Amino acid sequence: MSGSLEARVVGESTTAVKTLAIYLMCGARTPELAEAAVEGGADIVELGFPFSDPLADGPVIRRAAERALADGMRTDACLACLGEVRGRVDVPLIPMTYASLLEAFGYERFAEEALAAGATSLIVADLPADARPDLKRVQLVAPTSSDERIALAAGGTDGWLYLVTLTGTTGAREGLSPTLASLAGRARAATEVPLYAGFGISTPADARAAVELVDGVVVGSRAVEVADLGPGALRDYVAELRAAIDAAVPV
Amino acid sequence: MTETVTYGEYGGRYVPETLIPALDELEGGWREALADPGFEAELDQLRRSYGGRPTPLTLTERFAPGKRLYLKREDLMHTGAHKLNNALGQALLARRLGKGRIVAETGAGMHGVAAATVCARFGFECVVYMGAEDMRRQAPNVQRMHLLGAEVRPVEFGTRTLKEATSEAIRDWITNVETTHYLIGSCVGPAPYPEIVRELQAVIGREARGQFLAAEDGLPEVAIACVGGGSNAIGLFAGFLDDLDVRLVGVEAAGAASLGAGRTGVLHGSRSSLLADPDGQVLDAHSISAGLDYPGVGPEHALLRDTGRAEYVRATDDQAVAAFRRLAETEGIIPALEPAHALAKALELEEDSILVCLSGRGDKDLAEVSR
Repeated sequence: MSGSLEARVVGESTTAVKTLAIYLMCGARTPELAEAAVEGGADIVELGFPFSDPLADGPVIRRAAERALADGMRTDACLACLGEVRGRVDVPLIPMTYASLLEAFGYERFAEEALAAGATSLIVADLPADARPDLKRVQLVAPTSSDERIALAAGGTDGWLYLVTLTGTTGAREGLSPTLASLAGRARAATEVPLYAGFGISTPADARAAVELVDGVVVGSRAVEVADLGPGALRDYVAELRAAIDAAVPV
Repeated sequence: MTETVTYGEYGGRYVPETLIPALDELEGGWREALADPGFEAELDQLRRSYGGRPTPLTLTERFAPGKRLYLKREDLMHTGAHKLNNALGQALLARRLGKGRIVAETGAGMHGVAAATVCARFGFECVVYMGAEDMRRQAPNVQRMHLLGAEVRPVEFGTRTLKEATSEAIRDWITNVETTHYLIGSCVGPAPYPEIVRELQAVIGREARGQFLAAEDGLPEVAIACVGGGSNAIGLFAGFLDDLDVRLVGVEAAGAASLGAGRTGVLHGSRSSLLADPDGQVLDAHSISAGLDYPGVGPEHALLRDTGRAEYVRATDDQAVAAFRRLAETEGIIPALEPAHALAKALELEEDSILVCLSGRGDKDLAEVSR
């Protein structure tokens, strides 16, 4: 196939033009896992601060959160984990959590302490764009979002816009969601900020198909599963994702 | 953008972005329904001809001798609890919105039965999420839902009770939002749900106020109801909020006192008072009554607590079981364990003129009480 050969050449000449974000749950092994993910080619690491009732998460991240909470990963411990990860890697680090933690910790204080510990931004899964607009964070949009809401989220977002590829919770699916293309098109028309797609992306093929539509991908549930196998397995898995997206045709 | 109703600092919409358009659609449909006399007329007709309303007011001469203690008999409504008031209204709303699939959560199973009932009546597909622990202790209601054609999906993680069942129902809704209406069972959740459920349950207080006036030529000194999520209580209180001489009392289960022992937090889409640790992690509730076994509460109750318009007290499992037995033995009425908490505290009141919301019947609880 000459098309993919050309793409590979283009990809090699513009290394890391597409962004790869890897999600890991905060825990004792997270600093070394984050380091492995970056070695494998991750450009951004999202760090899950676990919540007891994570509405946006499917079974894998929900179980990881339960386990992290059982291991005592409360907000202070997660901030310390963030600081340790920052000591090991240079890429942007983004805590991803739920409003209840910020409610308890104080929204401003949470943002300040996360920043001080090395965070680049925040993601709050159950805080839509019109809630707490003063809290700087990466905003999410979904296939159900109206153009008006996409514009609102893009206008307030911190650096890039998170495109939820499907109507559903986090977790691997068979193939890339068919609803991403239309969402990506509408988001592209609304904003200049980079668009990264997440939810349901688990295989190198999904990642590659996604970056033909957007500027980057977020891989969560599958990365959390592979992280259980250790840093070596995670590094290899991330490297496969990296290779796949670097080989994709640019937007 | 739609202005959402909040209750002081409580309420709001703390949900993933995916659901915001559905909440806007629901809010729009609800406002249209309220403005349409046909909606209220059809609902009123259904309540009468299908639900068995108005439910009677019963004076308890042997349960509370020497007092004028009345029961608002929601246990006599079709399906055996106040939950049908809400389910009927939301079914009409779902039909207006063109949704043919309903998801619901249930704790004690009474809301699940009400949801399954209206789905049978309106021809909707019905999926009810129920904690595995609750399926065990409320087995008769699981059988009823099956007979009514609903699929009951056990929730096997976390506390395996109402909290997790609610999370799963919301996750299903996120996934199937285009085709599905989420029939929430209590005055909790993201706006506009607390308002919708309160308005649909307000029929309890409206009827009871008129009936009490007719029976006693005056208003009760106290109106009292159990509070889990708080829908029967908010429905009863709604009839008396402007009658400032009527004391409003909500009774929580001692091990699930979201208002009495809670802190401000976010659960299931709204900001309210809940059982949570200092980090905002939601704690497990514990109650013999599956319907009260919930660590959150409706945001309007949190506001009524803060303003002092209503007060919230706690009854223990043992107190509830004693009141359950006493009502059965003295009045020939077997209450559900949930309103038995209100009955227990009603007996301790100093006032003479008392209105208790008997929110449901106790058939479902026989196994639990004789354990």
